Amino acid sequence: MQNEELIVAKGLTKKYGDFTAVNEIDFAVRKGESFGFLGPNGAGKSTTMRIIAATLTRTSGQISILGKDPADRGPEIRAHLGVVPQQDNLDQALTVTDNLYIYGRYFGLPRKFVKSKIDELLEFAQLTDKRNAKVESLSGGMKRRLTIARALISEPEILMLDEPTTGLDPQARHILWDRLFRLKEQGVTLLITTHYMDEAEQLCDRLMVMDKGSIMAEDSPADLIKKFSTKEVLEVRFGSDRNSQVSDQLKTMCERIEVLPDRILMYADDAELLLESIHRASLHPLTSLVRRSSLEDVFLRLTGRSLIE
Amino acid sequence: MTDLSRRGSLVIIDTDRTLKRGVFYVIEARLRTMMHWIFSLLTGSLLNPFFYLASLGIGVGTFINQRAGSAGIDGVKYIIFLAPALLSAVAIQDFMGEVVFPTLQGFKWEKTFFAMNATPLTGRQIALGTYFSSLIRTIGSVVIYFAVLVGFGAVDPARAWPSMVTSLYAAACFGAFMLGAAAHAENDDLFLNLMGRLLIMPLFLFSGTFYPISSMPLPLQWLGWASPLWHATELGRWVSYGHHLSGSMIAIHFGYLAIFLVTGLLWAFNRFDYRLSK
Amino acid sequence: MITTMAVAIAEKRIGRRGESVYSGRAKAVLERSYLAFRSSAWIVVLTGFLEPVMYLFSFGYGVGKLIGKIEVAPGHFVSYAAFIAPALLATSAMNGAIYDSTWNVFFKLRFDRVYQGMLATSMGPLDVALGEMAWALIRGLAYATAFMIIVGLLGLITTPVALLAIPAAVLIAFGFAAIGMAVTTYIKSFEQMNLINIVMLPMFLFSGSFYPLSIYPGWLQLFIKSLPLWHGVVLIRSVSLGIVNTSLIPHIIYFLVMILLGLFFTTKRLTQLFMR
Repeated sequence: MQNEELIVAKGLTKKYGDFTAVNEIDFAVRKGESFGFLGPNGAGKSTTMRIIAATLTRTSGQISILGKDPADRGPEIRAHLGVVPQQDNLDQALTVTDNLYIYGRYFGLPRKFVKSKIDELLEFAQLTDKRNAKVESLSGGMKRRLTIARALISEPEILMLDEPTTGLDPQARHILWDRLFRLKEQGVTLLITTHYMDEAEQLCDRLMVMDKGSIMAEDSPADLIKKFSTKEVLEVRFGSDRNSQVSDQLKTMCERIEVLPDRILMYADDAELLLESIHRASLHPLTSLVRRSSLEDVFLRLTGRSLIE
Repeated sequence: MTDLSRRGSLVIIDTDRTLKRGVFYVIEARLRTMMHWIFSLLTGSLLNPFFYLASLGIGVGTFINQRAGSAGIDGVKYIIFLAPALLSAVAIQDFMGEVVFPTLQGFKWEKTFFAMNATPLTGRQIALGTYFSSLIRTIGSVVIYFAVLVGFGAVDPARAWPSMVTSLYAAACFGAFMLGAAAHAENDDLFLNLMGRLLIMPLFLFSGTFYPISSMPLPLQWLGWASPLWHATELGRWVSYGHHLSGSMIAIHFGYLAIFLVTGLLWAFNRFDYRLSK
Repeated sequence: MITTMAVAIAEKRIGRRGESVYSGRAKAVLERSYLAFRSSAWIVVLTGFLEPVMYLFSFGYGVGKLIGKIEVAPGHFVSYAAFIAPALLATSAMNGAIYDSTWNVFFKLRFDRVYQGMLATSMGPLDVALGEMAWALIRGLAYATAFMIIVGLLGLITTPVALLAIPAAVLIAFGFAAIGMAVTTYIKSFEQMNLINIVMLPMFLFSGSFYPLSIYPGWLQLFIKSLPLWHGVVLIRSVSLGIVNTSLIPHIIYFLVMILLGLFFTTKRLTQLFMR
């Protein structure tokens, strides 16, 4: 059962008039895995998520969620899903506890069952001492955790998170990632969209890189880096005007370079060595940084653009 | 990417000038915002008096005039009795709205006052700017309203034009008080609800707007005496058609309203400074 | 595969008519309103019924002194307060329903995204529409009852039949809530919201609340008689005078049609907005 495919899409397409938001994509999500959609804003990630969530109808192609077609089995499919939207849509008029309670009631769950779940969910979201607080008094990280707890009230098979940590401070992000790991350990299938490469690397077993409605690549984060980038990267800065002047000379010194407005990325398996040869050539960068390749580099390679613009 | 041209704030900002003229910048900002709504504002200002006059002035008036006969209400036809009260009511309501909503917006909904305060503008300048932009808007509403009253034959323009001034005076006085109150309000929902139901509505209904205040039971008359709208209406009727007022009553009406103006502005200055630095 | 409870509940409804728009859970939406109400300021709720009471005191007694009695049927005169009280009840049923179903709905729809959250669950848009309107009705029922108690204490109720004014007020509130919510789902900006007020004011002032329609020219009377508030005023005024006969049926049908149209368009539009 480990490889059972919960979500299968073939040729999935969504058009708004002339604009194609999602263009004939194929993918499959397996039970218990953590599957990510990585791409910049407007890549079609959220549209894909909404089609899966049975709150948006596709233009063409096939999709099945737990063997059901969202076009005509919407309510049943939504009963399997926990949805955490990009912008929190918590009920501002209610307290923390009431938000959890009423959401369970929306699924038609019995009062007693919902009430018995609230305490454990509050603890899971680390909100036990905020249980009677109004939502508007919570910090951004707390709101996110509450939204996740709320999505879990129906014990969903699949938890869908659209940009889960956008706008959170580093500490709040780490707390949230930790909670998501725990869910994964319990066998919940996670579906995540993000434009943060560190988040994708941290959270996802498998990634689908999207741009302009199409799939650019699909693999585990480590394999994507192996496939599309070198082991290390050297970042050098020469100042706004000189970057482009020296780029021709730099090009000859490594496998591949990317000239960005503010810096130059040089790809090599040993970046320290590369830096020494630059110094030997009497090109003295204002700053330099040696780092490991990341998904940002994969994206740059695949699309010629950076993720966050 | 092109480079920014830059001379620096030390060169381009004249701090003395902003200290002196800050109020005008706030007024400009408010008026620009109002211009987005100009269509709504104008239709509201035109339709509101039209509906009230047609319905109450003419409709209810028909029945009242029949019964009152030649004695009239306060010696005149009902619509003439009603007109100065409606003019004052609309002036006070519009002024109130135009200080209360921007203030709640500035402190709470969009926090624009904090953005203004991050420039050299002071709390007092923001308060006064909000206040004077409301005054400008209310002058507009009052003039339009007066024109509609003239159209209905409810006022004699040659004689009654000073009622625009007394209405504006009352609105400006009570508006200052509401500016302070809105700056004081932390709970916007509660404030708006209570303002609508416990202030605007009773003011409108129990200030002798639709009939002489003396026809109400005594406890309700007290409500009228406390109401700025009643004082405004008395002055309006005095200048519009010669409603009898003694010299001392005239002084009391003007003086009572002035109390709102002074306490209101002081309250507002205090609250604006406090909330911007909290 | 483990079937969670939420799924079992959703699967029970497979094959029922309208399963994609209605899950039989309007009561959960109603429960949400109750929870929100529980944590709101009591004074806001308490003062909600004041408006018609203040109009009754101000107009009934003040203007009443100037107008005297009004002829409601040939040879049948009533005090001015008794004349306007039914109209004020109809008006406050309208205002309460409109406020709940326009401003409140607008904020939940466009700013708090409450409906988006609801519709991400296994509920459907008709659950949302019915649940929201049910709340407006319960509130309307409470306010109408409170108003009738005051009217009774003032000695303006002369027949037990007049108590039918309470269910009549609820019917009126339902009609306005349904249409109000339908219209609001199409509205995008505050400016458009203000247009609602511009429509409501003349309806209030001209629907025969403050004086008989007879003073208007024929064409204007016809126009007013096509507006919903006039039907509400006549309905409540009739039962208040003890008149219950077939002449009331068209007014009742008018409101039933409003309710059906409102539910239909609200459901359609919520589907369009959140589950295209």
